[in-house]
Amino acid sequence: MKREIKGMLTGLGVTFRTMTHRAVTVQYPHEREEPPTRARGVIALKEENCTVCMLCARSCPDWCIYIEGHKEQRPPRREGGKPRSVSVLDRFDIDYALCMYCGICVEVCPFDALFWSPEFEYSESRIAELLHDKDKLGEWMETVPEPEPLEQGAVVKGKK
Amino acid sequence: MNPVLALDIGWGTTLAIKAVIVLAIVPLTALILGYVFLLKMMSHMQSRLGPMDPGGFHGWYQLLGDGIKFLQKEDIMPAEADRRVFALAPAVVVLSTFLVFVVIPAGPRLVVQPLDVGVFYALAVSSLSVIGVLMAGWASSNKYALLGGLRAAAQLIAYELPLVLAVVGVVVQAGTMNLEGIVHFQQTGELFGWSGIGFPLILTQFIGFALFMVAAQAELTQPPFDMPVAESELVAGYMVEYTGFRFLFFFIGEFGTAFAFAALAATLFLGGWATPWVHGTAADWLGPLVLFTKVMLVAFLMFWARFTYPRFREDQLQAIAWKWLIPIALFNIMLTGVLKVAF
Amino acid sequence: MTTTDLPEPGKLPDVDVDPSAFRHLADAQVNVELDTGDMVLNIGPQHPATHGTLRLVVRLDGERVIAADPIIGYMHRGYEKLTEFRTYPQITTLINRIDWLSSFANEVPFISAAESLMSIEAPPRAQYIRTILTELSRIATFLLFLGEMGLQVGAITPAFYGFRDREYVLNLIEAVTGGRFHPNFNRIGGLKDDLPWGFIADCRGTMQKVLASCDEFEDLVAGNPIFQARTRSIGIIPAELGAAYGVSGSNLRASGVDWDLRRDGVPYLVYNDLDWKVWTHPDGDSFARYWVRLQETRESARMVLQMLDMLPAGPIMAKVPRIIKVPEGEVFVNTENPLGEMGYYVISKGATGPFRVKIRSASFSNVSILPWLLRGVYIPDIITILAGLYFILGDIDR
Repeated sequence: MKREIKGMLTGLGVTFRTMTHRAVTVQYPHEREEPPTRARGVIALKEENCTVCMLCARSCPDWCIYIEGHKEQRPPRREGGKPRSVSVLDRFDIDYALCMYCGICVEVCPFDALFWSPEFEYSESRIAELLHDKDKLGEWMETVPEPEPLEQGAVVKGKK
Repeated sequence: MNPVLALDIGWGTTLAIKAVIVLAIVPLTALILGYVFLLKMMSHMQSRLGPMDPGGFHGWYQLLGDGIKFLQKEDIMPAEADRRVFALAPAVVVLSTFLVFVVIPAGPRLVVQPLDVGVFYALAVSSLSVIGVLMAGWASSNKYALLGGLRAAAQLIAYELPLVLAVVGVVVQAGTMNLEGIVHFQQTGELFGWSGIGFPLILTQFIGFALFMVAAQAELTQPPFDMPVAESELVAGYMVEYTGFRFLFFFIGEFGTAFAFAALAATLFLGGWATPWVHGTAADWLGPLVLFTKVMLVAFLMFWARFTYPRFREDQLQAIAWKWLIPIALFNIMLTGVLKVAF
Repeated sequence: MTTTDLPEPGKLPDVDVDPSAFRHLADAQVNVELDTGDMVLNIGPQHPATHGTLRLVVRLDGERVIAADPIIGYMHRGYEKLTEFRTYPQITTLINRIDWLSSFANEVPFISAAESLMSIEAPPRAQYIRTILTELSRIATFLLFLGEMGLQVGAITPAFYGFRDREYVLNLIEAVTGGRFHPNFNRIGGLKDDLPWGFIADCRGTMQKVLASCDEFEDLVAGNPIFQARTRSIGIIPAELGAAYGVSGSNLRASGVDWDLRRDGVPYLVYNDLDWKVWTHPDGDSFARYWVRLQETRESARMVLQMLDMLPAGPIMAKVPRIIKVPEGEVFVNTENPLGEMGYYVISKGATGPFRVKIRSASFSNVSILPWLLRGVYIPDIITILAGLYFILGDIDR
């Protein structure tokens, strides 16, 4: 009997103690908790690096990246050379209604044109507006943080 | 002749005024208890803040907003429900709450209707809600509601006995069933010759107080005795088909009855509105505040247990009532009687 | 019935259908004979106690259960079909979502299977970090369990404590992988990235918080006499019967069976380097399952603290070709996931994606014991038993 009464009173003590401590609630939207640097919030596009290789669109498990591009002729770099053909990006849309935030596209891009940004407040009231086009993806580049340093013992690769 | 206002108004007007007072006070008390304990105390016990935005200051407006929201909802009734019984059930539950408030004294002359059998009346009338619960459970034509209603009937009837028997000790000691008489007894009593705090009956009737609190918790179907409304099993039990203002009635009934039982406990065991050194007209002003404070203390205990403990299973619940609480209550009565005659 | 012609817009096709022909698809054949005098209650797909969309059709006599029939499949997402048309990195992303509470632990056996087919081994630092993250997901899952079992039994407060304490662990996982719930961090040959600066110190602090919160759960829930009255001797699974039904994980250990794949199965990750013990309980009832998981949470926190001290330096990715084609072969890898034993049988035909993946999920077998277990119990005990078995619908239905 004594053990039961002690058990009941300890439980009461736990709730009373929690009541006297500060609540852990972060009152969003008045206060904000900053997500960590690596948080997968939104994908940003650096257009000048993109060569329209389509690797990201092909490797997306949801097929939510829509890319269209065309080839243009540019003048040769040196005198007397052949004209170069350059791929120009017409359309690069990511449909965030489908996106799983897996990061495969960011990872496979060989030219470092896609980056993760921890920005997460981009909800819309219409699903169609969740399709971010080339310009909007370029705007997200401003929110991309610097990659943070790694823990001790990690092998730091040289910068590309 | 109206004793409080010293005016000469007819019995019809008096009746109307009293009815309005009761009808206004019950939802107000339900709101206050709901806000302080359900929204704020529960939240802090769970390490969160509760409503903060509605009304600007710590969300005081939340329950009012909830009430208005419930009032404007669509009135849905299950197709196979018994329409009249379904509609009447919340009214019966709330009616019993209103009736209990009629006898609770808030001051020396502030009681809606003083009754010589106050205690008896209060406990009898509070058990009317069982009928309402059964009506709700059956008329909903829903198996979950039926299970909840049947569990409630068994539980509420089982815990009526400890509730009543716990109070008998108080009545024996105070010598009267009149609630004002009991308050007067506690106010003018003395502890070994010292009349500083009067003689709150909790000092000698602590067993009765404990029994009353446990039985009241069960009468209100609050955890650890909330099998009829087991949220994780029956999803609101007998109330599951109720929405809109009918659910609002149940809500007001639940929290209003919580206030009523806490007020009864405060009156019977803690001295009610009385403080020993304040008499006369001053007590008319101070009485309600003192009663409110004592009610808040008692309600704090009730809700603290509510938010901490898991629920008993139905058979364990019945075992506690019949095998433990009733024998202890009978023992308490016997002991009180013997000691009262001896001293 | 012929539906070769498309109907006109707005008009239903004109077909002759026998309504009873589709009954087996519409409302699931119930193996319970409908008798008068007993009540059939449908603890339906939408219910707060069934951890998702599990449907239990119970035949009741008053409050006692005569027969119970679980009906699953309301959340079937076709994982095994999905894996036939995706590459290994894409599948890694998807299988996070099988058991969504301990999502990192779902990736480990699959990636181990692919790595064993390719005969490559992840470097030691990657193994350690994988183990740390697996144990962190185990802690996160069990903290939720400790809270929500209290909730199912009636105490509302422990659930909030469970979620609050879980946040600390999820923040750790997010700091490393970028995702709280779906890390998608394993790659064939190692991991995607290394730990960020400050992780080791944060992790140590969080593990102390986890240990403190386990003490709190012990005070508030396990030590509560009402909780014990509700869970002791409820839902006793005899050891041999549990093993015969395929029950695994903490459920089996709570019946006294000393079996843990981390120690007894094919060695995987770095569990053999650590000093830890397997917790069992002889009773086999719901309280034993709660107690075993409580102790395992503490044990996982201690293991993480050990691993943080022992973390070797080095690369986190082995040498793998750019386009990964797994050579032909079949392999079955199973691991000790928080919910039980999870395994992947991978058949590869040399392409960039597997040919067939069969997923052995823990909860599917755990739930199979329910018809036997739920005979003769009261309705409240159904809820206690379901809470104690701790299954996730995504894990049952895949």
